[in-house]
Amino acid sequence: MSQADLTMHGHPSAEVMSEPAFSVPAKKMAMWLFIIADTATFAGCLVAYGFVRNATPDWPRPFHSITNVAIMTFVLLTSSLTMLFALHSAQRSEKSGAFRWMMITALLGAVFAILHIREWLGLIGEGVTIFHNPYGTPLFGAVFFSVTGLHLLHVTGGVIALVAVGIRYMGGRYKADDLEVTGLYWHFVDLVWMFVVPLMYLLNMSH
Amino acid sequence: MHDMSAHAVHHGAPTSFIRKHIFSLDHKVIGKQYYALALVAVVVGMVLSWLMRLHLGFANFAIPGLHLLSKNGAPGDIMTPEYYLQLMTMHGTIMVFFVLTTAPFAAFGNFFLPIQTGAEDMPFPHFNMMSFWVTFTGFLFLVASFFVSDGPTLGGWTQYAPLSAVGAVSGPGQGTGVVLWAFSIAFFCVGQLFGSLNFITTTLDMRCKGMSLMRLPLSAWAWFITSIMGLTAFAVLMPAVILLILDHVAGTSFFVSSNLVINDQVLPHSGGSTLLWQHLFWFFGHPEVYIAIIPGMGIVSHILITNMRRPMLSHRVLIYSMGALAVLSYMVYGHHMFVSGMNPVSSLAFSFPTLVITIPSTIIVLIWLGSLYGSKLRINTASLFGLGFISMFISGGVSGFFLAQPSIDILLHATYFVVGHFHLVMAVAAIFGIFGGTYFWFPKMTGRMMNESLGKLHFWLTFVGAYLIFMPFHYLGIAGNVRRYQAFVDDYLIPLIPVHKFITVAALATGAVQLIFIYNLIYSRFWGAPAPDNPWQGTSLEWSTATPPPHNNFGDKMPVVYHDPYQYSVEGASSDFIMQTSPEPVHSADEEK
Repeated sequence: MSQADLTMHGHPSAEVMSEPAFSVPAKKMAMWLFIIADTATFAGCLVAYGFVRNATPDWPRPFHSITNVAIMTFVLLTSSLTMLFALHSAQRSEKSGAFRWMMITALLGAVFAILHIREWLGLIGEGVTIFHNPYGTPLFGAVFFSVTGLHLLHVTGGVIALVAVGIRYMGGRYKADDLEVTGLYWHFVDLVWMFVVPLMYLLNMSH
Repeated sequence: MHDMSAHAVHHGAPTSFIRKHIFSLDHKVIGKQYYALALVAVVVGMVLSWLMRLHLGFANFAIPGLHLLSKNGAPGDIMTPEYYLQLMTMHGTIMVFFVLTTAPFAAFGNFFLPIQTGAEDMPFPHFNMMSFWVTFTGFLFLVASFFVSDGPTLGGWTQYAPLSAVGAVSGPGQGTGVVLWAFSIAFFCVGQLFGSLNFITTTLDMRCKGMSLMRLPLSAWAWFITSIMGLTAFAVLMPAVILLILDHVAGTSFFVSSNLVINDQVLPHSGGSTLLWQHLFWFFGHPEVYIAIIPGMGIVSHILITNMRRPMLSHRVLIYSMGALAVLSYMVYGHHMFVSGMNPVSSLAFSFPTLVITIPSTIIVLIWLGSLYGSKLRINTASLFGLGFISMFISGGVSGFFLAQPSIDILLHATYFVVGHFHLVMAVAAIFGIFGGTYFWFPKMTGRMMNESLGKLHFWLTFVGAYLIFMPFHYLGIAGNVRRYQAFVDDYLIPLIPVHKFITVAALATGAVQLIFIYNLIYSRFWGAPAPDNPWQGTSLEWSTATPPPHNNFGDKMPVVYHDPYQYSVEGASSDFIMQTSPEPVHSADEEK
């Protein structure tokens, strides 16, 4: 049907295409696909937030300080960097170095989660719940806890994954490629946070 | 192929019954499991439609034994208005999710996509197994809602807020029923995500030597395109149903506006937006109807080519058109909301791509018709269902031109015209694709042939029956018959009752005809004539392996592909078809350059 069937010397053309068209390992591709799907999930949540925010005339802006969220962001961004170090070490077959950087990444992730939960507890102490808050429309708490909660769920899962993959990497079951796949996920979680911060925090700063 | 993917695929043949038939990692067994699930679901869905039709055609008709299903819903075997809506909701949900998505996409795709791409299995067999069992759990949640005190939800398969979000105050089934419904859909989304991941990685990464993307059969392309849609569409539905669950059980108000009064009660919710649900739902919902129909397009193209003994007029244009449908399907969803209170400018904005999406659809239909014209089509049950698919798709598609325009949709919205439209274009057409695929691939799946005489009888009765049921719907809609009414008591509706009686009789008869199919399926499974490896003289990879295929699909020797998928009636060839694995050279100077 197409030219591919006709080879120069009339021989069948199977040899021409012996390499797969996409030489991406299946696990890495699956992670990219998961990231696409998860992007759609987060986008759905953030669009929903934008929708109800636009539809509410007096959307509350209760945040006064960006200190805490700035520290959290710094911690999470740093963890992306340490993840890169881990991968860099793994690709040079420095096993213990890669493991150490992975554990530092997981630790930073855990610090982020702890800071986040501390912030949550502070808000809950002020009377913010998912169905009520002292600032105005109850949707504020619902949206805030849903969106940041979904992200926190991803961070928690990521920390567990980092530790599990790190241990199996040390045990020889996983290779540098698996670290890279885990890193893709971790950077994605980081990237999502860079959307959550301006939309969830900066837009809701009191003037 | 790759060291990372390969170890996941080389799983040995299982020996225990449980690993072999229940928690199987084999994509072929998982495909059959999906098929079985769809079969159970379609029987349930069809019985529900019978109950609804009996109630509509013959007011206050006592259906013997119905009180056993629900004491409150059918006291004295007569359906209450609420129970009618509950059955309607379950009919829609079961059919859309667990039949039209499950059978053509998950069932046939699982069984044949790896074989048609020349893979031993999918790259992530454990995900694949989970995909089925998570979907099955979703089905159990849905069916369980029949047996909770208030019965299933009555909100319709679209589950519009706010009635879906405020709990039991809005009617029977709106409490526990909605929560079970939402959990069921959330499970389904997870299952389809796992499935889509596997489908895409299989197509891109697991193709055998020589199998370029353009050498994939049209059915494989259809599953591939569908899985890309499944990846993103279900990923948006999932947070939507989770927010719905939060509204129910955690007291949030995402989808409930302030000061809502239902059944004389002011609800405590405040702040949310009812339109938000429709946006989130239809952003999934419109791609979903293409998720249901595109696999059918691929399957039917594959069947017709094999029986025409020549390729489609253009392999590439057909693929590009299916791709265009997939992309456009995300841009048209607002046409479901023309009368929902959107800004009229939005209606115009959504109307335009809705009319544009008819272009790739029309191209696909014209390629089918142009390819069929003058061909010596082999008439068998599979090819008849292929023709039936095209017929249904055109008949249902034409009414789409009307509905795409807001000015006409304002009149026709939520009438039986819409019901007729989507049943023909999406539901019956997709079902015909499933039937066609079944008659075509049953020999490969089970090793036995189905009975052709019974199959043709089944086709003609179903074909005529489907038109008798769904064509009058258009007439009812134009006459102003609003859908989801459980009885017709208004002056303008009473003259239409005879039409409803006619539809009811046609639906019962066409439903009964399906017993022929089920008999044929079961009888052939055990006592049918043994099937040869290539009963239809096909060219694609599924016909080059044994019947039924061994555990790793191709036995000891992995296939090598030399040709485009449909080398039929090639001049100078030794037979009228050259299989993809045949090294015979093809000199086709006049083919597309």
